[in-house]
Amino acid sequence: MIPELGHYALVLALALALIQSIVPFIGARTNDPVLMGVAAPTAVGQFAFVAMSFACLVYSYVVSDFSLSVVYENSNSLMPLIYRVTSVWGNHEGSMLLWVLILALFGALVAFFSTNLPKTLQANVLAVQAWVAVAFYLFILITSSPFTRLSPAPFEGRELNPLLQDFGLAVHPPMLYLGYVGFSISFSFAIAALIDGRIDAAWARWVRPWTLLAWMCLTLGIAMGSYWAYYELGWGGWWFWDPVENASLMPWLAGTALLHSALVMEKRNALKVWTILLSILAFSLSLLGTFLVRSGVLTSVHTFASDPLRGIFILVILVIFIGGGLSIFAWRAPLLKQGGLFAPVSREGLLVLNNLFLTTACATVVVGTLYPLALEALTGAKISVGAPYFNLTFGPLFIPLLFAIPFGPLMAWKRGDLPGVAQRLAVACVLGLVAVIAAFAIAGTHAVLAPLGIGLAVFVIAGALTDIVERSNIMRVPARVALRRVAGLPRSVWGSAFAHMGMGLTLLGIVCETSWSSEKIITVRPEQTVKLRNYDLTFGGLSQHRGPNYSALTGVFKVTRNGDEIATMSPSKRTFPVRQITTNEAALLTRGFSQIYVSLGDPNPDGSITARLYYKPLVLLIWLGAVVMFFGGGLSLTDRRLRVGAPKTARAKTAALAPAE
Amino acid sequence: MTRKQKRLTVIGAGLAVLGIAVALVLSALSTSIVFFNSPSDIEAKHIAPGTRIRLGGLVTQGSLKKGDDLRVTFDLTDGNKTVPVTYQGILPDLFREGQGIVTEGTLDPGGTFHAETVLAKHDENYMPKEVADALKKQGRWKEGKGMPRPPASVGPGAQLQTPAAGSAQKSAQK
Repeated sequence: MIPELGHYALVLALALALIQSIVPFIGARTNDPVLMGVAAPTAVGQFAFVAMSFACLVYSYVVSDFSLSVVYENSNSLMPLIYRVTSVWGNHEGSMLLWVLILALFGALVAFFSTNLPKTLQANVLAVQAWVAVAFYLFILITSSPFTRLSPAPFEGRELNPLLQDFGLAVHPPMLYLGYVGFSISFSFAIAALIDGRIDAAWARWVRPWTLLAWMCLTLGIAMGSYWAYYELGWGGWWFWDPVENASLMPWLAGTALLHSALVMEKRNALKVWTILLSILAFSLSLLGTFLVRSGVLTSVHTFASDPLRGIFILVILVIFIGGGLSIFAWRAPLLKQGGLFAPVSREGLLVLNNLFLTTACATVVVGTLYPLALEALTGAKISVGAPYFNLTFGPLFIPLLFAIPFGPLMAWKRGDLPGVAQRLAVACVLGLVAVIAAFAIAGTHAVLAPLGIGLAVFVIAGALTDIVERSNIMRVPARVALRRVAGLPRSVWGSAFAHMGMGLTLLGIVCETSWSSEKIITVRPEQTVKLRNYDLTFGGLSQHRGPNYSALTGVFKVTRNGDEIATMSPSKRTFPVRQITTNEAALLTRGFSQIYVSLGDPNPDGSITARLYYKPLVLLIWLGAVVMFFGGGLSLTDRRLRVGAPKTARAKTAALAPAE
Repeated sequence: MTRKQKRLTVIGAGLAVLGIAVALVLSALSTSIVFFNSPSDIEAKHIAPGTRIRLGGLVTQGSLKKGDDLRVTFDLTDGNKTVPVTYQGILPDLFREGQGIVTEGTLDPGGTFHAETVLAKHDENYMPKEVADALKKQGRWKEGKGMPRPPASVGPGAQLQTPAAGSAQKSAQK
């Protein structure tokens, strides 16, 4: 009964979405407030029904109702409760339901928070949002309903893929989807503006918070996925340039560009057409990511099942929305009033540079991801494009961008003073150079690029701090005044400083990890000691034990440094009998921001075992940087300026406090 | 600066970055892509020793031999031709005899493949797409019939493979 209720609720959500996609649109054309007024309640109602449908599915998993095909395929009554809940989206059908749940959530949030939008804009935005929703409801109901019953009902389920039985599954997909789907809002705003044929600086101010929210979630989602792969796969790698990873990186790059170009549009009423295009592209890349991951054209842990009909259906959705979006753009964009031009040396000039590099870097990732698929479709040749390609293309395009980051916030709008900015960055520059020299002194000259990378990272971090120092004039006024000024800086200033600092931290972590990791792959016998950097790891032997739905082989390593025992590490291998899968549970020992990483290979009959031992310096900074970026985004989100309908006086006051603006 | 100059600067910068990007992409694509081959392709396409390729196929039953220093050798087959492979390191958790895998590395003049990476997927019904296609080409895989038994599958290992083969069949039927 409950699953049928869920299915029925989803059909009702589709019905509401159909109404929402047509009625407000007509209302906006005919300027009929009653018809336009339909948009908000239907958006909220739609969310309520999808939420109900989702709740029904969660309930079926929690009570282990194996008469549902997806529950049978992906759950098992022996699994702990948290994995029974997370396995709701650990498969194709459920993850698509999560996708529309988040889509409907965003729709409801727009309906709720944007009451002071112009009525026609709000109606159009929600109508476009509903078009997307209709497409995906149909996709679920026609090709991937999670509510399909089995008869007779099996007694026990097949269990979730053991690799997914991890806390990561509770965070990574929802976060990533919040990011992917969040870009649908900027897409809807862009299409609505094109339909309206009107666009102004206020549009950018309405769109920016939604883009920022999506970007924050995507940042955290990608970082979480990377950390999960790092500790779960047992190879100590955190990014493989796998098409599935690229699928999430592409919208992130486009979204980052969008955040910056929307800034220019908001402040200077320029780059309007470009910002609209980026809004369409960011969501298009999200859809492309969904297609790549969900259609089965790629094989990976993310592709749960491939049914040709699903692939074709998503491809059709992709073509309709990307093709349709770009067609509307081509047709209507020339009608939009062009924004002003500006001097190359200015804040907006640097933001254009930022956009130029981000979008071309994004394009190289798109090429590297799609080229193998296109080549196979055209010639049948199978190739793989791996890390070397991306290091050769993405790297050189990203480095100048990183170098330009500190200049951006210090540069004045309209007409910048490059020598002046360079002068103010002198301290950051010196710090960067000191870091380069220090890195050379410590690590020697055999790796030339790594110290330069460290210098760049320090420059980016110090540059972000310089902005705060300069704006509050800390160096030149008494401490009390300076403190008040620092506290009085607009949160968006702090936000961008933190986001840029996070970028620097991530870079620092990446450079240190890739250049100075120590790796040992050896066979260890009990009581054997292995030296790893400054640590000694003594293997204490193996033991077997049973978990709720697996049996585990655990090794014990005693970690000592200069004879002092620091910790015991227990990596293990888990064998899941239901699916006959072995997973690796690497043991991690965190020392500051660095980690010791031990994972087990194959045991030998004589009690020895092969093991991978790594020392990874500053590796945690890679993900910590992403968390700092998320935090910066959050600060910026709470800025008064971005609060839709913030009183004018408040804005004037913050502006007065930040004369450098 | 006049309006025209400003516009030209922006367009010029855009074209410059785009040009650099195109050059980078083309040079990277010409040097760093790796072609996938089946054991039969190696002879058919006359792949030169030292060329970096991906080689995929089924691990022949009973061919896995472990040596010192984590050195392993095994044979990869597509049912038609077989290539001996050597690898030093830890094999993936899901590496099993009879299972489809993909390796990346180079051939030596003697015809042995030196693998630098060995990939197996995180799923019990894994059959890398490339391997499945290569097997289809050799007529060893029929849609709906599932995974063929590798030639040397008569042995104690064959029993072990039954669940995996069963689920591969299932996924092929979907």
